[in-house]
Amino acid sequence: MAFLHNPFEALFDFQQALDELRSSSWLAAGPSGSGAYPPLNVFRKGDDVVVIAEVPGVRTSELQLQAKGNTLRIAGTKETPYSNQASIHRRERLAGSFDRTLTLPVEIDADRVKAECRDGILAVFLPRAERDKPRSIRIN
Amino acid sequence: MANTQALQVKEKKEVVTKGEKTVPARYFIPTTDIYETDETLTVVMEVPGVEKKDIDIRVESDVLSVEARIDFSKYQGFEPVYTEYNVGHFARSFTLSRKIDQQKIGAELEDGVLTLTLQKAKEALPRRIPIG
Repeated sequence: MAFLHNPFEALFDFQQALDELRSSSWLAAGPSGSGAYPPLNVFRKGDDVVVIAEVPGVRTSELQLQAKGNTLRIAGTKETPYSNQASIHRRERLAGSFDRTLTLPVEIDADRVKAECRDGILAVFLPRAERDKPRSIRIN
Repeated sequence: MANTQALQVKEKKEVVTKGEKTVPARYFIPTTDIYETDETLTVVMEVPGVEKKDIDIRVESDVLSVEARIDFSKYQGFEPVYTEYNVGHFARSFTLSRKIDQQKIGAELEDGVLTLTLQKAKEALPRRIPIG
């Protein structure tokens, strides 16, 4: 994807690209679908797959990740603690536990999966398994 | 407050034009909790993906405004294939019902959650009201 000459419009274009892929059928072949927490976006970077989720308020120590075959499991707990003396004006943030499994339509190399969580964004880098990569075949 | 309840997905709400932005990008409304203790008013906002340096907090004529911008250059070279949420900057303002001490606004950012602690001004501290 080309972004772009104009940095002010680049974000807008990116937002439109994200909107258009709301109905993407990328996951449709497997059992996974949308609706579970955390909401996530899947990107391709070169041969690899990057899964990004928004998990504000979830501590890294409360997050568990598992990769096996072509599935990724993200589980954890989110808390929204208050002091007992507080009187509440507005409450929109949700707390609770979550456990989501995502089956990817590509095979991943579970040993080389890397993840980072910063500023409430979880990014999981899933390298595509060597044996799953397309190979060009020389014609003799 | 650990409970065993399963966490639900909450669709991000977009800011509906209150004051046009000069750039066409979309802004979102950060999910917010507000609570009050005797001395303080605390505002807790979820701004995932925002760094400290990209947050503007202002209090002007009793209106608290927060603008938090994401650094979207981090997505350079990422080609989306499947999406469930959109990304964008965050903006929200609140009219404060109580006088607060503008010199004493504490702000803290942790795991994508911005916590603002506003000290109430002296004259706004609560008085106990006796029931006669």
